[in-house]
Amino acid sequence: MALLLFDLVLCALLLLLAGAAMLSRSLTQAVTLFIAFGVMMALAWARLKAPDLALAEAAIGAGLTGALCFTALVRYAKQPAYPQPALWRPLTFIGLVTALLLASLSQIPLQPSSAIPALVQQHLPQSGVSHPVTAVLLNFRAWDTLLELLVLLLALLGARQAPGDLPRYRGWSLSISWSRLLSPLLLLVSGYLLWRGAAAPGGAFQAGALLASGLVILRLNQQLSWLSWRHFWVRMLVLGGLLAFVLAGAVSLLLQDLGAVWLSWPQSIAGAVILIVESFATLAIAVTLTLLVVGEPKPEVADA
Amino acid sequence: MTIMLMISWLLLALGLMFFLAGSIGLLRFPDSFSRLHAVTKADTLGLGLLVLGLSLQSSWREGLLMALIWLIVMASGAVSCQLLARFSDEQPSESATQQED
Repeated sequence: MALLLFDLVLCALLLLLAGAAMLSRSLTQAVTLFIAFGVMMALAWARLKAPDLALAEAAIGAGLTGALCFTALVRYAKQPAYPQPALWRPLTFIGLVTALLLASLSQIPLQPSSAIPALVQQHLPQSGVSHPVTAVLLNFRAWDTLLELLVLLLALLGARQAPGDLPRYRGWSLSISWSRLLSPLLLLVSGYLLWRGAAAPGGAFQAGALLASGLVILRLNQQLSWLSWRHFWVRMLVLGGLLAFVLAGAVSLLLQDLGAVWLSWPQSIAGAVILIVESFATLAIAVTLTLLVVGEPKPEVADA
Repeated sequence: MTIMLMISWLLLALGLMFFLAGSIGLLRFPDSFSRLHAVTKADTLGLGLLVLGLSLQSSWREGLLMALIWLIVMASGAVSCQLLARFSDEQPSESATQQED
């Protein structure tokens, strides 16, 4: 009964926050409301017993997207003569995306089929991990995850086409020392999430998002100045997730017999392959998200 | 056992009172400095009381985790409060009371 009340309040709050975020006149207010919406959405996923999604939503939906929106707002305010696009272009874009989403909605079965979970459970021992979600994401449907990494890379490459320099905030001793204090903790937790993904909710996306939030905090406080696209190894890290994935696919094709399917891991080394792929994917996701949020800062003066 | 439960519920109710007071302060106080004051003070203490109340009903491991969460929330609350206060354009003055509702 109490939980039903909680759920009802949560649903009402979600709708209210979503509506308020869209209808709000001030952009700052809209962003703040959107962050609150992300936190509530994470709670909703937790109530739906999907801790994987709750973790990802809290880290990406509330944390990183919020930071992204706020940094965008700061840039926007800096450019008063920002070129206003003709109205029909964004409207066509929104209409197209909405139509596509609605079209894909019809493909989701109304009733969750019971055959698929049973199938996953049946093949779980051969997957190399013991958590069904990780088994699906990185073994049975690894192709989807590979494409997700590609989407993330494309997003970064697209964002890099837009010039954007963040007005530099020189940092302040309290926030700098807090970011330094916080970063080992975030590193620890994201490493734990990555490792735990084999047996429990967690995995590359959650770990990467958490790591990215730590990197963004440090980056916004004018630290880690090497973390920019100009640096060769940073570019390699961004590509690393995809490269590791494709290389693992190629190697396991070579190791298996002729009839083997693309991106199916040999059973004996499946666990190790998944761990390697996930580690590189975590780093790639973290660095990509950080570069997306913080953008390319101007060459820095030695300061603070 | 029942005494522990009663103490726990009392602490939870007290914690909720602090959250309520903080929220009312956030809505009603005139300038951003007193609003920040209301929110951070009340939430820090309120969350502490909630954690204390809940840890009386849970195992020591969960209690420890909640205490850790409280510490982190308290520290980040303190830092973000200072940041907000530092970068808000408002000047703490008496006229702020008359300007805003």
